[in-house]
Amino acid sequence: MARAGRYAVVVLGALVMLFPFAWAVITSLTPAGAVLQTPPDFTPDDAGFGAYERLLETMPFWRIMFNSLWIAVASTVFQLVTSSMAAYAFARLPFPGRGALFAVYLATLMVPLQVLVVPLFIEMRTFNLTDTYFAVLAPTIASAFGVFLLRQAVQQVPKEFDEAAVLDGAGHFRIFALVVLPLIRPALATFAIFGFMASWNSFLWPLVIIRSPEFMTLPLGLANLHGQFTTEWNVVMAGSVVSVVPILVLYLFAQKHVIASVAQSGLK
Amino acid sequence: MTLTQTPPQAPAKQPIRPPKKRLRYALTVAVFLLPSAVPLLLFTLIPMAGSLWTSLHEWNLITPMKWVGLDNYARLLASEETRAAFGHTLYFIAGYLPLVYAGGLGLAMLLNRAMKGRDIFRAIYFLPVVTSWVVVALLWKWLLNPASGIVNWAIGLFGLEGPGWWTDPDWAMPSIILASAWKDLGFVMIILLAGLQAIPNEYLEAARVDGANAWQRFRRITLPLLSPSTFFVVVISLINGFQVFDQVHVMTGGGPAGATQVVVEQVYNLTFKYGRAGEASALSWLLFAVVLVVTLIQVRGQRRWVNYG
Repeated sequence: MARAGRYAVVVLGALVMLFPFAWAVITSLTPAGAVLQTPPDFTPDDAGFGAYERLLETMPFWRIMFNSLWIAVASTVFQLVTSSMAAYAFARLPFPGRGALFAVYLATLMVPLQVLVVPLFIEMRTFNLTDTYFAVLAPTIASAFGVFLLRQAVQQVPKEFDEAAVLDGAGHFRIFALVVLPLIRPALATFAIFGFMASWNSFLWPLVIIRSPEFMTLPLGLANLHGQFTTEWNVVMAGSVVSVVPILVLYLFAQKHVIASVAQSGLK
Repeated sequence: MTLTQTPPQAPAKQPIRPPKKRLRYALTVAVFLLPSAVPLLLFTLIPMAGSLWTSLHEWNLITPMKWVGLDNYARLLASEETRAAFGHTLYFIAGYLPLVYAGGLGLAMLLNRAMKGRDIFRAIYFLPVVTSWVVVALLWKWLLNPASGIVNWAIGLFGLEGPGWWTDPDWAMPSIILASAWKDLGFVMIILLAGLQAIPNEYLEAARVDGANAWQRFRRITLPLLSPSTFFVVVISLINGFQVFDQVHVMTGGGPAGATQVVVEQVYNLTFKYGRAGEASALSWLLFAVVLVVTLIQVRGQRRWVNYG
């Protein structure tokens, strides 16, 4: 009996998690005239894709979705490259002042984006870079968090592996690329997931730096759409639904790994 | 003289190299570090310095800056607006943190037992975590729409009248808290579930044999052994809570009547609405100081209640 009760609670909870998404889909299929009706109009007869057509008419939606995707991919790749290289240097290449430099890296981790937003905006404006892809990407090229995470992974690679490679005549670049990188793949994957999600969801910085729809990312595009169509909830929900699809597909593929990464990083 | 004769005490890792090799080594180090060092300098360190500098000036982003020293900080510390902004932020945290922790713990406890379809449930609960804040805010703004939202319609079925949610100053913050807890529940659940799974079953079995009931086992064994995960959840949630912005900006924009004007929303408005960039920078540093102090207090205080076994 207790088991059945437990099951009921878990199922009920799952419905609470799924319902908002389901309701968004239903709303997005509701014709404009029926959206604001109370009680809600459930007849599926006049369901249609009008809201989606209107969405595509009013904003360059595919382009915005594409922006979000490629910016998230680019920022993830940049961060993987720059962070793993720095991690190798901090773990394997001794030089004077290394500890102090690492401390500076760590210090930048503590400063939240809100502190940086205004001067970053000024910096971009000074160089006439507001409203460009570069401006959106720039603050995400390097990640102190990534350097920290990956340095620990590199330190766990046994030094004997490097030494064997040195005997074979390999230099640091080859050791890095052919010995260390393959061995820290799990840490790279974890970091890639965090990096992708952070970029995909980021809102404050694009909000500050982007004005033109053609450079917007999805969160900003949706917030803008909502600003324009305050009462046309079917259009706003259509946008939300479409924007959830790519991350949902990715999540379904990487689900186990995403959850494992979060659980792991939480334990440390 | 003696100095030149003693070879420098080089650590074994750092062999002495002839100058040409040393140059090559320095170049190698530079190549590995510059790709991250240059962006961090340009897009984090320089803006950090810029933010400190700006916070000491009066500036509307257009006309030249005017030096005012610490006036911005003094004015902010004395102002009613600042107190209100921190008050609203604390209100958010006070509602959000207990809700998300209790819910996440309950779910984690339920899912910690063997159960059909457990992985699927876990994936479903985690779904809002990968959804962006903007989408979550929009979904809930529509669900909680006072006139045409499904929630108030459902409340109406019981013959009651639902509140004005995000349009009512008294209900706006609870609306934001509700949406935020819904989004982060799965995150907290995953962290706590990992913690629960690390607790050896023998401990709970032994307690059961000794006659401890379910509540006693939870209170005396599970909770203390879960404390490292709890600590992590509390630290992260407080940091994120103080920096709450996306969902507020989309759901209420700080309104109605300033009822949800949290600190970061205030920083945004001061800069881009009122052209008071100096004050905005000072406020962002005040927030940073508060978060730093709160986090340090927790790290120092963890000895008293966090059990690392």
